Amino acid sequence: MSDRKLRVMVAKPGLDGHDRGARVLARCFRDAGYEVIYTGCHQTPEQIVSAAVQEDVDLLGLSCLSGAHRYLYPAVTKLLKDKGADDIMVIGGGIIPEQDFQLLYDAGLKAIFVPGATLDTIVTWINTNVKPRA
Amino acid sequence: MEITKKIQGGDIRAASRLIRNLEDRMPEAKLTIKHLFPLTGRAHVIGITGSPGAGKSTLTDGLIDCFRKKGKTVGVLAVDPTSPFTGGAILGDRIRMQRHAEDPGVFVRSLATRGALGGLAKAVGDAIHVMDVLGEDIIIVETVGTGQQEVDIINHSHTVLVVLVPGMGDEIQAIKAGILEIADIFVVNKADREGSSKLSRELMAMLDMAPPSAFQGGWRPSIMKVENAFQPESFNKALDDICNKIEEHYKHLVDKDLIGSRMRRKATVELNEAIRATILEPVLLKLLGSGRMEELIEKVMKKEIDPYTAAEDIAKRNLEGCL
Ligand code: B12
Ligand SMILES: Nc1nc2c(ncn2[C@@H]2O[C@H](COP(=O)(O)OP(=O)(O)OP(=O)(O)O)[C@@H](O)[C@H]2O)c(=O)[nH]1
Ligand SMILES: [Mg+2]
Repeated sequence: MSDRKLRVMVAKPGLDGHDRGARVLARCFRDAGYEVIYTGCHQTPEQIVSAAVQEDVDLLGLSCLSGAHRYLYPAVTKLLKDKGADDIMVIGGGIIPEQDFQLLYDAGLKAIFVPGATLDTIVTWINTNVKPRA
Repeated sequence: MEITKKIQGGDIRAASRLIRNLEDRMPEAKLTIKHLFPLTGRAHVIGITGSPGAGKSTLTDGLIDCFRKKGKTVGVLAVDPTSPFTGGAILGDRIRMQRHAEDPGVFVRSLATRGALGGLAKAVGDAIHVMDVLGEDIIIVETVGTGQQEVDIINHSHTVLVVLVPGMGDEIQAIKAGILEIADIFVVNKADREGSSKLSRELMAMLDMAPPSAFQGGWRPSIMKVENAFQPESFNKALDDICNKIEEHYKHLVDKDLIGSRMRRKATVELNEAIRATILEPVLLKLLGSGRMEELIEKVMKKEIDPYTAAEDIAKRNLEGCL
C-alpha cells in the first residue's frame, strides 16, 4: 500500500525580506496536497542546497523580489550540480524582468512565475511537470 | 546490498531517499530495513515533546550546537502535522534550526504525520534506524505540538524532554495526564515570562507527591529552566546544562541496566506495527479492491449482519488457522 507524495521546498535566497509571496505559496502548496519545507528568509545558496538534499525534495522553488536572482538562482543550480543533486527540479519567481528569463533557463530553471501568475496556474504547472521520484 | 553500504558510508542523499520511500511505504524500502536492522542500536535517541509553540525547535537548535561542540554527529527528525483536509503539510521546524545549516555533521529531516495520532509519523521508528546506521551519534526527535495523549515518543527514545511554558493557565492541571509521566527531563522554557517560578514549583510539588516507584531506577526527572532564547549567553549556558543532564540520564540508563527496558518498548511497538502492516492491511486492501468491503458495509447498515460476524467470516476466509 504505497502512497507517493510530492515534496517541495520553498526557499528565499539572499538578503531579500519579501516573504509574503513565499508564505502564500507554501500554504497554497500544502492545500494542493504537497509536503512543503519552508526555511524562511536570508538563506545562502549553500544552505538551500544542503537542505534540499537532506529533505529529498522533488522540487525546489526559489523566491526573490530584490533583483538578485541573476546571481542567486544560477548559484543554487550550480551547487546542486556540484553535489550530484541536479535531478531536483528548480523553478523560481519574484520580480524578474523578461530579459532575464533566458539566462535563468540556461542556468537550469524549468519555469519562472512573476507577479500576476495565479496560484492555480502554478499548481497546474507543477502537477503536470513534476512527479514524485522513485 | 548497495543501498545498505551507501548508508553505512554516510551517504545523506541515499538516507533521505530511503526515509522518503519508508514514508511512502514502498515495498523495496521495507526490504532495505531488513538489512539495516541488525546494524542498529548504537545511537542515543532523544525525544523532545511539548505543546505547540513551546520552543521545541529552538531548543533542538541549541542542543545540536552543544552536541557538536562535544564532537558528536547529530541527526534530527522533526515532525509536523499533515492537514487532514488536503493531505498536505507545511514542515516549518527547520526554520529554527539554522545554526548548523551547512555543517556536514548535522542531518535534519522533516516528516509529516500523515494521519498518525501519537504525535509522530509512522515512519519515525524506521527513520531512526536509518540515521543510526548512517552514523549519527545523537538522534533528536521533535514531536508535533502535543496535548495530553500524544506520547508515542516514549516508545522510540532513551531520554525524553518535555518542554513546558508558563502562562498557559492552570499549567499542571492541563497537562497532567500522559505527557508528564513520560518525562526524564522537564524544560521550563521561556522562563523570561511571568509564571515560570510558579510552574517550576508546581512541577516540583507534583514530583514530590509521586510514589518512589514512579522513578525508574531511582531517576527523579530534573527540572531545567531556560531563560530566553534571544539572549545567547544565558541560552547557551542553559543548553549546556541540559545537554549534560541528557548525558547523565543516558549514563544512568546504562549503569542501571535500563537501556533494555526502553528498547523493549520499541521492539513491542515495531512488532505490533509490522504484524498489522503484514497481516491486516493486505486483507483490507483485498476487500476494498474486490468491492466486498462495500457489500459488507451495506449489509451491516441494513442489519443483515453484525460487524463481529462479518469480521469472523473474513478471518475464516483469509487467515486460516488463526482462529
Ligand atoms: C509588500 C511589499 C513590501 C513589504 C514586504 C512585506 C513582506 N513581509 O513580504 C515591505 C513594505 C516590507 C517591503 C519592503 C521593501 N521593498 Co517591497 N514591495 C512589496 C510589494 C508592494 C508587493 C510584494 C508582495 O508581497 N506581493 C504579493 C506576493 C504574493 O507576490 P510575489 O511575492 O510577487 O509572488 C508572486 C509571483 O512573483 C510568483 N512567485 C514569487 N516567488 C515565487 C517562487 C516560486 C517557487 C513560484 C513558483 C512563484 C513565485 O508567484 C506569486 C503569485 O503570483 C512589491 C511590488 C510588487 N507589486 O510586487 C514591492 C517591491 C518588491 N519592493 C521593492 C523594494 C525596493 C523594497 C525595499 C528595498 C524598499 C526600501 N527601499 O526600503 C524594501 C526591502 C525589504 C527587504 N528587507 O527586503 C521593489 C523591488 C525592486 C526590484 N526588485 O527591482 C518592489 C518591486 C516595488 C517597486 N516597484 O519598486 N516591500
Ligand atoms: N520569549 C521567548 N520566546 C521563545 C523562546 N524560545 C522560543 N521562543 C519563540 O517561540 C516561538 C515558537 O518556537 P519554536 O521553537 O518554533 O516552537 P516549537 O515548539 O518547535 O513549535 P511547533 O513545532 O510549531 O510546535 C518562536 O517564535 C520562538 O522564537 C524563549 O526562550 N523565550
Ligand atoms: Mg517545532
